[in-house]
Amino acid sequence: MKHTLVAWMRDKPGVLNRVSGLLRRRNFNIDSLQVGHSEQLGISRMTFVVDGDEHMVDQVIKQMRKVIDVTRIDNISDRLSVVRELALVRVRTTPETRSEIIQIVEIYRGEVVDVALDSMVVQIIGSEDRVDSLISLMENFGVLEMVRTGRVAMLRGSSERRKRGSSVWSARSNGIEAATATDLFSRSGV
Amino acid sequence: MQKAIQNGRHDTTEPARTGERKQMKGSQMIWEALYREGVDLIFGCPGGAILPTYDALSEYEAEGKIHHVLVRHEQCAAHMADGYARATGRVGVCIATSGPGATNLVTGLATAQMDSIPMVAITGQVPTNLLGTDAFQEADVVGVTQPVVKHNYLVTDVNELPQIMKEAFYIAREGRPGVVLVDVCKDVQNATGWFDYGIPVELPGFEPWPEIDSTAVRRAAELINRAERPLVLAGHGVQLAGVSRELLEMVERAEIPVVTTLLGTGNIPESHPLSLGMGGMHGEAFANRAIQSCDVLIALGMRFDDRITGRLDRFAKQAKIIHFELDRAEVGKNIVPDVAVIGDLAQTLPGLLPQVVARRHQVWLQELDEWRTETTETDILNYEVDELIPPFVIRQLWHGSKNAKNGPAILVTDVGQHQMWESQYYTHDHAGQLLTSGGLGTMGFALPAAIGAQMGQPGRLVWAVAGDGGFQMTLQELAVLKQERDLPVKIAIINNGFLGMVRQWQQIFYERRYTGTPMLSPDYVKLADAYDIPALMVRKPEDVAAAIEQAQNTPGPFLIDFRVKEEVNVYPMVPPGAAVDDFIRRPKPSVVQGYSGVEPSW
Repeated sequence: MKHTLVAWMRDKPGVLNRVSGLLRRRNFNIDSLQVGHSEQLGISRMTFVVDGDEHMVDQVIKQMRKVIDVTRIDNISDRLSVVRELALVRVRTTPETRSEIIQIVEIYRGEVVDVALDSMVVQIIGSEDRVDSLISLMENFGVLEMVRTGRVAMLRGSSERRKRGSSVWSARSNGIEAATATDLFSRSGV
Repeated sequence: MQKAIQNGRHDTTEPARTGERKQMKGSQMIWEALYREGVDLIFGCPGGAILPTYDALSEYEAEGKIHHVLVRHEQCAAHMADGYARATGRVGVCIATSGPGATNLVTGLATAQMDSIPMVAITGQVPTNLLGTDAFQEADVVGVTQPVVKHNYLVTDVNELPQIMKEAFYIAREGRPGVVLVDVCKDVQNATGWFDYGIPVELPGFEPWPEIDSTAVRRAAELINRAERPLVLAGHGVQLAGVSRELLEMVERAEIPVVTTLLGTGNIPESHPLSLGMGGMHGEAFANRAIQSCDVLIALGMRFDDRITGRLDRFAKQAKIIHFELDRAEVGKNIVPDVAVIGDLAQTLPGLLPQVVARRHQVWLQELDEWRTETTETDILNYEVDELIPPFVIRQLWHGSKNAKNGPAILVTDVGQHQMWESQYYTHDHAGQLLTSGGLGTMGFALPAAIGAQMGQPGRLVWAVAGDGGFQMTLQELAVLKQERDLPVKIAIINNGFLGMVRQWQQIFYERRYTGTPMLSPDYVKLADAYDIPALMVRKPEDVAAAIEQAQNTPGPFLIDFRVKEEVNVYPMVPPGAAVDDFIRRPKPSVVQGYSGVEPSW
């Protein structure tokens, strides 16, 4: 099963290497990984997708918490969240197919961001499924080049009271019995 | 020892030696930081990229603030700092140069990290303008060491150095202890900056002491009070938290037998009737049977390593498991407990104590006693063996050193058969009496770690027990014994002409094809003589006790080469991948312990 995790980390040299090194060393399977700035100066935000059972995700979270530069980690898989991915696809065009491609892109609410005589670059932002589905349609015309960002994700606003702007542990995940992953997630972080 | 540990824990107050803001060179900052952290001993070897720092050491050495021990190989600098930390509970510090100096440290760092030993390693690095250019003696030390340390730093700005040094000690010491490496570029050592050690440590991502959940402690107490066949499995955490007294109080009150891990040896006195000794791969049959038949297993400060659990899906199946552990990543990693108590044992165990009611478990203890008697009957020591066998040597070592002056003797073992025999046949009555590489299993650990331990505990008797294989991996450090003014480490080499443990596996699992295990040793007495260290060779059982006595009565170092019978195995043995009660029992000596006729190839 795929789990989407969001981690905050101090923006220090080598921090990405620490995290990726840990994931490799502990033999965790990563589907995608995306890092960028967060709303807080000096704190980077990473969204990554791990493929594995509950036990594995439980370990990913616990081991990540031990990385000194990681200040917080949440599993948002089972919670209401906005998940987006961006893809750029260079697709082969001919005078005959060009308008058909543009139509499809419009249906997907994508954008044509570059046009050449024999190709164009299509941009799509959406859920992973939507990106997948547009790309598979584009494959019929010939995909020359493609780049995807991997998932970025954010929790939806809710009635649940949240400690806003805290990128630091709340040390609450103590005494978890039979430390099941779901149990842990509901207690970690937020 | 325990007091020393306590001093380092939950230390949120500023160290006494803070002082004011001063301008100084990076090289001096390193020593000033070490001095303010209370470090008076450092193990290392100089080289080009760390030279400015060594130059700044002269002042601190002249004032008697810091003593530097020159090692013969950097791996041993790390082992010595490790042995020092294990024996004193303080942070051990080692230092090396860039490139090969730093890569040589790696084995020692991994050894300490696997066993949760607080240690800070300082390495020189090429100047910042040469970073990444494959300069002479450049290695990506932060990259190389990252998987084997708790945290590491590359220092490229002299003004960050004081803060980083302070953080390094804080991280190494607080929470589950570990290794922190600080890699300092050469130009940073030469640069001048402001030194201020009063700065607070702010690490939002570091959570050394999790809050304790009193509900979990209460649930643990309820389970313990209801148990009919309870068992404590005590690990290294008990010693790190300094709670062996509380542990003894609890098990005596509720009459709970105790099995320890290798690093938990001595958590309760092994001569105590409730002690079952070590469990796991080479644990006694009664200890492993106890694990498999208890109804409540109280795991204290241990991590369910494969050497203690054997086959996981058949480990303690009937038991409710309570896991007391500081590092939450260890909870649920190998074994999912029924109750997890996360937090410092120094708080959770005293919190648990008043809730544990006094009880008797006569039936359970009687059963264990029957198993124990059955084991004793087949014990090799109960048979007449006229040759020199290793268990006999270890037992004599115990007889000879049990009444050591200035506190209990410290036993430092290497890795292999002798390590297991030592743990089986030496009766450890004190936590921290046995220092050994449990997690990484590093051969060559004994001699350098014993040197570190002896320097940390100058008045105590320290025995390094090594096999002929492991001893030859680091024997160059004999020179350190002499250079450090005849450091009185006593060395026992259990010399059987083989890489014994590997040979045992070849005998049992590879039909006696002894590939790469027969080994030639130098004449250790002559070798010791070359270093001007007194030594003896012992071949006969009747000479063992006298030799040990002579070693202990001789001031300074002493080496004994015990030429033991070659093919003796460590029993009982749980084959790798088997359940812990699925062991190969100790055969009668005449059957298997006999000489096979296979001569070492030399």
